[in-house]
Amino acid sequence: MLQLDNITKSFGVRPALDGVTFAVRDGRMTGFVGGNGAGKTTTMRILLGVLNADAGEIHLDGKPLGAEQRRRFGYMPEERGLYPKMKVREQLVYLARLHGFTQAAAGRNADSLLEELGLGERRDSTLESLSLGNQQRAQIAASLVHEPEVLVLDEPFSGLDPLAVDTVVEALKQRAASGASVLFSSHQLEIVERLCDDLVIIADGSIRASGEREALRTQHSAPRYAIACSSDLGWLRGEPDITVVELDGGRATFDAAEPAAAQRVLRRALADGDVTSFSPQRASLAQIFREVI
Amino acid sequence: MNATTADRRSPRFAHSVALVAEREITTRLRSKSFLITTGILLLLVLGGVIAGGIMSKSVSTTPVAVVSSVSSELSNIPGLEITVVDNRTEAEALVTEGTVDAAVVPSEEGSTIPVTVIAASDAPSSLMQGLGVSPELILLDPSDTSYLLSYLAAFGFGIIFFASGMTFGPMIAQSVVEEKQTRIVEILMSAVPVSALMAGKVIGNSLLAFAQIIAIAVLAIVGLSVTGQAELLALLGAPLLWFVGFFIIGFILLAALFAAVGAMVSRQEDLGTTMTPVTMLIMLPYFAIIFLHDNPVALTIMSYVPFSAPVGMPMRLFLGTAEWWEPLISLAILVITAGLAILLGSRIYNNSLLKVGSRVSWAQAIKG
Repeated sequence: MLQLDNITKSFGVRPALDGVTFAVRDGRMTGFVGGNGAGKTTTMRILLGVLNADAGEIHLDGKPLGAEQRRRFGYMPEERGLYPKMKVREQLVYLARLHGFTQAAAGRNADSLLEELGLGERRDSTLESLSLGNQQRAQIAASLVHEPEVLVLDEPFSGLDPLAVDTVVEALKQRAASGASVLFSSHQLEIVERLCDDLVIIADGSIRASGEREALRTQHSAPRYAIACSSDLGWLRGEPDITVVELDGGRATFDAAEPAAAQRVLRRALADGDVTSFSPQRASLAQIFREVI
Repeated sequence: MNATTADRRSPRFAHSVALVAEREITTRLRSKSFLITTGILLLLVLGGVIAGGIMSKSVSTTPVAVVSSVSSELSNIPGLEITVVDNRTEAEALVTEGTVDAAVVPSEEGSTIPVTVIAASDAPSSLMQGLGVSPELILLDPSDTSYLLSYLAAFGFGIIFFASGMTFGPMIAQSVVEEKQTRIVEILMSAVPVSALMAGKVIGNSLLAFAQIIAIAVLAIVGLSVTGQAELLALLGAPLLWFVGFFIIGFILLAALFAAVGAMVSRQEDLGTTMTPVTMLIMLPYFAIIFLHDNPVALTIMSYVPFSAPVGMPMRLFLGTAEWWEPLISLAILVITAGLAILLGSRIYNNSLLKVGSRVSWAQAIKG
């Protein structure tokens, strides 16, 4: 597990991060969400050791994070970049070797990764000759080629077409399933919502919310329920502990002061007729995001 | 696809440096423009050596003046164009005005050697070898160790250092900017220490430059001996070796500075501005050596100034005006300067590498 504690960083007089604290758990996809300039990239750069924090500590599996352990990190910076005139496979091999792989092992990893990401046929093309989407795939490959135990990906999906998004999502999920910790940032909240197990929300350099996605959704949801049934629900307005939000014949949305009140409503509706649906309304990621920042 | 522990080890600093250097070298060796430039440089050297050989051979006859009383001494020597004169004064006059390369006159009375050779600055070897008994030699103007030769040597050392500095220096700066411009630098920085990146670049490109300079030196030495210019070789040999030594340190000094100024900009287009001070450090000594090579004071000073020493000190060794300990002191000064340049360079490199956008100012780059 990767644990950040009270990371603080300022550029000159401008504070960038203020007491950033959160955890990235093993085998899980952690979404890192925040507006432009919220501090995502700075946090990631500090994680990778590209920038130094002014204060705060980072631990990996309980030990202070050092350069040695960072070699096992995979990083995809916000600003994409590989050597334009170098062949795709060659750059992957070079990067893997920089991370300590032997030539042979680096070659094997590069080959299987290129197949996996659908770049097998372009392995000997220079990067600049690839389409933009394929360049993005190559970039992902560059962050995965040394079998990292921790993946830090800054906006990995930006600029990808939907097909490539699926390929990349699949690749990341597989890494998480085999035990890697994956931290990724994104502006595309629906992808984050679909993909992440855990969620970290940052705004103005401080963490506004973090934890399991479902727990966060529950925590940030009003105790709101939607019900649809065959009979008229006009009686809801008179129920104690119930606040009607919307009412239209057999359909209603209401807030319950306590779960028991909602169950009482369900029983009454069942007594009156057939209930076609009854569901607690969970906050979407976009709602949580707007609420906390 | 999980790697076994045998497949990966934690990379040591030296290993990372070697990898970066290796990439620099293979990338360069694949670039056509680099191969062409190197080819042209080698051809120029080869051309110069051959031209020198042809010129020395084409003068197949050596004009010699001889006093009639000893003219029989020269009868068996081939390749001489003999002018017979009446007396020693006439012979000396011909030597002084350059009509002949040397004059053979009877030795003064009481001498055991029958003839004396008079020449301006050095005696033609064909004549000296042809005379059965080694004659007495009088040089009219021994200080004139041929202005032309010293000029050529100054020009030669100067242009090689200048050409290498101006080819490889900007190349290093460009490869630093390329990594910054394409942003791959962040990935590299997350994999290896910044100092390993810089060291790899400096070492990789320096090795290429050394290979080039050694190729030039070997070509010059082999060429000179093959074309029968062994005399020049004997004169040039030791200074040439010193030049290689000075060149290596001097080049590392420049390489570190070029890497640093490369890190200060984010686009190739901006490179010219930051590079100017460093290119000046190559150009000024170059022109100074060419224009002031016959000024002993200026040359002595230049042989100690780190940026001109790689050309200045071999020059003085070539002219024979330097004591044996002088190159050692000059080399020590150069080594210390190179060390400082590496420290300053890596500081600038470290401070500037992640700063994208407008050019990083010198103050920012040095203070951080």
